[in-house]
Order: sequence, then structure tokens, then C-alpha cells
Amino acid sequence: MSDQQVDSGKRTWLITTGCAGAVGAGFAAVPFVSSFQPSERARAAGAAVEVDIGALKPGEKMTVEWRGKPVWIVRRTPEQLAALPKIDPQLADPKSERKPGELTPEYARNEARSIKPEVLVVVGICTHLGCSPSDKFQSGAQPSLPDDWAGGFLCPCHGSTFDMAGRVFKNKPAPDNLEVPPHMYLSDTRLIIGEDKKA
Amino acid sequence: MAEFKTAPADAPLGVKLLTWVDNRFPASQLFKDHMSEYYAPKNFNFWYIFGSLSLLVLVIQIVTGIFLVMHYKPDAALAFASVEYIMRDVPWGWLVRYMHSTGASAFFIVVYLHMFRGLLYGSYRKPRELVWIFGCAIFLCLMAEAFMGYLLPWGQMSYWGAQVIVNLFSAIPFIGPDLALLIRGDYVVGDATLNRFFSFHVIAVPLVLLGLVVAHIIALHEVGSNNPDGVEIKAKKDAQGRPLDGIPFHPYYSVHDIFGVGVFLMAFSAIVFFAPEFGGYFLEFNNFIPADPLKTPLHIAPVWYFTPFYSMLRAITSEMMYALIACVLAGAALGALKARLAAPLKGAIVVAALVVVAAMLSIDAKFWGVVVMGGAVIILFALPWLDHCPVKSIRYRPDWHKWVYVVFVINFVILAYLGVQPPSPIGERVSQVGTLYYFGFFLLMPWWSKLGQCKPVPDRVTFSAH
Repeated sequence: MSDQQVDSGKRTWLITTGCAGAVGAGFAAVPFVSSFQPSERARAAGAAVEVDIGALKPGEKMTVEWRGKPVWIVRRTPEQLAALPKIDPQLADPKSERKPGELTPEYARNEARSIKPEVLVVVGICTHLGCSPSDKFQSGAQPSLPDDWAGGFLCPCHGSTFDMAGRVFKNKPAPDNLEVPPHMYLSDTRLIIGEDKKA
Repeated sequence: MAEFKTAPADAPLGVKLLTWVDNRFPASQLFKDHMSEYYAPKNFNFWYIFGSLSLLVLVIQIVTGIFLVMHYKPDAALAFASVEYIMRDVPWGWLVRYMHSTGASAFFIVVYLHMFRGLLYGSYRKPRELVWIFGCAIFLCLMAEAFMGYLLPWGQMSYWGAQVIVNLFSAIPFIGPDLALLIRGDYVVGDATLNRFFSFHVIAVPLVLLGLVVAHIIALHEVGSNNPDGVEIKAKKDAQGRPLDGIPFHPYYSVHDIFGVGVFLMAFSAIVFFAPEFGGYFLEFNNFIPADPLKTPLHIAPVWYFTPFYSMLRAITSEMMYALIACVLAGAALGALKARLAAPLKGAIVVAALVVVAAMLSIDAKFWGVVVMGGAVIILFALPWLDHCPVKSIRYRPDWHKWVYVVFVINFVILAYLGVQPPSPIGERVSQVGTLYYFGFFLLMPWWSKLGQCKPVPDRVTFSAH
């Protein structure tokens, strides 16, 4: 080999075709990677859901499915509502100021995080890693909860706690409050989840 | 090309056939290189059975897996019922499935013990760094394989476990949410996720795994096995160039390992037949409930083999971040003051530490929990370069090193235990201390492994004929 002349023209072409092949392989990867994205059918499944909350009594919770996620509707008792401002100092984001566009729509950016003060509508998915927190509406000391517990939700996966307005407590794995989905009232007891007046 | 050989005219048919093959494919040569003329140290002990056993479990998993796929349906509407169909209606299907589910846990038991053997005797040290790295890559593949396989029965634990782990990726700043969407193929874990995990579990990851196992063994046979004394047997050879302390793998260790395989299969069968769920550790009770996207089980925990890493994930709260920031600053100060490096490098260390601290203050603890959990596995890859002890084997290290290893093992077991338990304030503190010890063990190893007086290492392996 060493006594032969390097054919630099041939070498240039070899490098060029090699590079062209690599670019082609890169383009060929696009359809494969793209096929990982949600399909058109999955995208279309995100329609709004209509709920009748007439039968929901104070202190009760109902769950509806929207985009495959649980959405909770809780009719809070007056005591639960009265307790909300008192726990503000223990919360990470009591005024729902973080990621306002994503987590809390304009009309829910208040102490109760709701349109009607007593009716809470939140996506029941922990902002940490997507578990669904459990109801801990009973106040007082109990396992995995502080002794001065005022009612709320406990995520069973990593112990994040949320108050009765879905606001996250400080120093917990979950970084943010529970998401309030876009929603609006069609009548006094009929609620639509997934749509609001802006849209 | 090798010279064309001819068998004598009066040779038996078998010899003629082998000669015919050997002229076209190096069958005899491969057997010699990897079995009958692969010289392994003669002082192997109990700890050296786990390599062979992990190969055995791999075969069990592949064979049982092939048969399970014949009856399983990777469809969110059918998956749970098809697993129950295998358990109840397919003849002997329950046995095949229990072998596969027990095999998953058995795989991690033998692999953890195999890795611990490497840690004890310094099997990752020069020139075996690549053997170790291929091994770590196998461990990583195994974790992916186990995680994706666990989704397939489509029970509550399958579903919510996958939901949590996939959401880990969404904690990565900027690209996270899109990445999680790309993995799930839907806005929540669903049919699309199940189908792709099935594809990965059954085809993609096993192919990579097999390739890595071959690479692991080729690398091992290139450099030769380490041994409990950490002595290089290739340093002392006889007139034929065979290591004086080596014995052919076949028949000595092949036969020897059959005994270990027998003992292992007894324990394995006992679990398969008498305790396949193993008290909820091998098959979690909540996984006998079909997946319900609207309701998380009250207590969710990963399967036992992931729990040490899961504990470390849970340990990272915003309070813990201050402790980690203090560690980074202390590490940078130590590097700047003590390390024997050029001044610009030291400056770079300080700047890098400040950047990391700034990132730690501005990004959620959630992301750092993911980094810690991933880092706990990735740090294993660096082990060959972290250990600066003059000797390889624990036998000749200072006695107090043994205590460092004992505490490391106890710590790992405690982390595993806490990962199974529901979150509690005391458990959180203990797992935070445990996380610091785990990382301290590795990151401070360049320092502590050099300390103390090592014992003299013999020229030849210690061996008494038996």
C-alpha cells in the first residue's frame, strides 16, 4: 500500500458520498422518530366533557375523565373554604403565580382557585410524577400527614400534599399546584371541562 | 485463511465431519478459545458462580418469553385478560408465566451479586475496564427491559409505575414534556404506550442485551478473569505459555458451575411452585387489579430491584437541595485547594461549581431527583477510574475498607427497604443520609481508597488443593 500513490480525487469522492449517505440516513430516521408521536386518533380524542354537578353534596368529590386524565370536582364545605387563607404560609405557591397560563386559568386565580368559591375543578394528577393523589378530607393527625392537617390531598407515590384548593405544600417533591383545567358553567349545575369562554 | 486440513481416511465419521466444518467455520477453534483452552484462575470461590447463573437466567427469560408472546395480546383492552388467560386456560401457561416473573427477580438477584463480586475483588480495575463498562450497560438494559416488561400485564402497578417513570423524563428542563409525550405516544400512558413497550421489551432491548452479553464475554476472554486475590495469573506462565495458576474453563469450571446451577434451580423452583408472588415482592398484589387511569392505588412502589434508586429519587426534596448545594461547594473548595492541578483548571472547577449551584437553585428539586436517580446508576460506569487503591482485592486492602463496604451494602439494603415503604418523615431523613453515603462512597473513593496500609499481595494465587 505504502508504495502506491494516494488517489486524492477518489478519496474526495469517497468522503463526499460517505457524507451524503450519512445525511440520507439522518433523513431516513425522521419518519421512524416521528412515529413515536401521538397518532392523529390520539390527538382527536381530546374533546371537552360535559358534567352535571347538581347531585354533588358539600364535602363530596366526583371524578370525570378528560383526555384520559381524572378531573376532580369537589363541592367544598364552608369550613374548608374558611380554612384556605389560614394555611397560606405553609404553601409553596398560595397565590397561584407560577406558570399561570399552564396551571391556573385567569378566572381561577383566587384564594379558592375556582369560578364558584365552593366548587373546585382540578386535574387529579400530581405535578410531581403523574400519580393521582388520594382524598384526605378528614382533618387532624393521621399517618403520612402533619398533626395540624386541615384536609386536602396526599399523593401516595412520593408524599406530596395539597390543600382543599389543590395548592401544594412547601418542601414536597411536587413543584406546583394541581392544574385547573379550562372549564366553564353552561348553567348553574352543568359544567363543561376542556373549554372556556376564551376558546 | 487457515490451512485446509484433511482427516485420515480411516478416521471415524464424527472426526471427518468436524474436519469438514472446521475447514469452513472455526468451530473447534472457538470451543478452544472460549472453553477448553480458556484458562481461568484456579482459586475461584462461591462468588464466581453468578456470571454463569445470569447467563442461565437470560436463557430462561428468552425461552419463557417466546412462549408467553404466543398467547399475550399487547392491547390495552385485552392485555390484562390475556395474562389471566395464560394463567388459567393455557395448558401449563401458569408455569411459563411464573418462571418468567420469578426469572425477572432472579435476574436482578444474580446480577446484583455478580456486580458486588466485581466490587469486592476489584474486577473492574485495569485492564478490565471495558468488561465492567459492558457489564454496566447490560445492567442499564436490564433495568429498561424489566421496566417495560412490567407494563405488559396492564395491572394497576404496571400502569402507575409506568406513569411515574415516564413522567420522570418530563422533569428535564425545556425538552422534558415533549420527550415524555414521545415516549408515551399519547397524553397519558395508554394503548400506544403499551404497544411500543411490548415492541421494545420483546425485540429491541433483548437484541441489544444479547449483543452486550457477547461483548462482555469477548472482552473478558481477551483480558482473562480476575480472581479473589486480584493477582494477574498471566504474569506467571509455564513453558507452553499457559498460566501456572490457570485451569481450562472446560471441563473444570463448566462441571463446577453445573453444581451451582443445580442449587440455584432448586431455590428457583421452590419459589416458582410455592411462592411465585413472594409475598408481594416479585408480583405486587395491586397488579392483580386491572389498570385504572382514574385511580392511583393508595400505596405504589416499584418492584424491589428498583427500590434503592427510587428511595434516592424520593430523598431529593427542596430541603435536601441545600445539603446538595453545600456538597457541591465543599467539593469545589476541596478541588481548588487540594487537587494537584494547574490554576486555570482549578478556576474552571470553581466556575463549573457556581454554574451547577445556580442551576440547582433555579430548577425544581424534581429534576434533581431524576438526576440523582440516574446518576446512581451512571456513576457505576466511572468506578474503574474512581478506585485508586494500590491493590485490587478486598483481601489485601486495609481492614477498615471492609467496614466501608459493609456499610455500603447495609445502606443499599436500607434504601431498598425504604423504597418499598410509604413515604414518612423519618424515612425521608434516613434515605437522604443514605443517598449522601451512596454518592460519597463513589465520589470520595479517589481519596479514601488511597488511605491506609495495604497488606502484601502474593505473587501467586492462594489455593489449597481440594
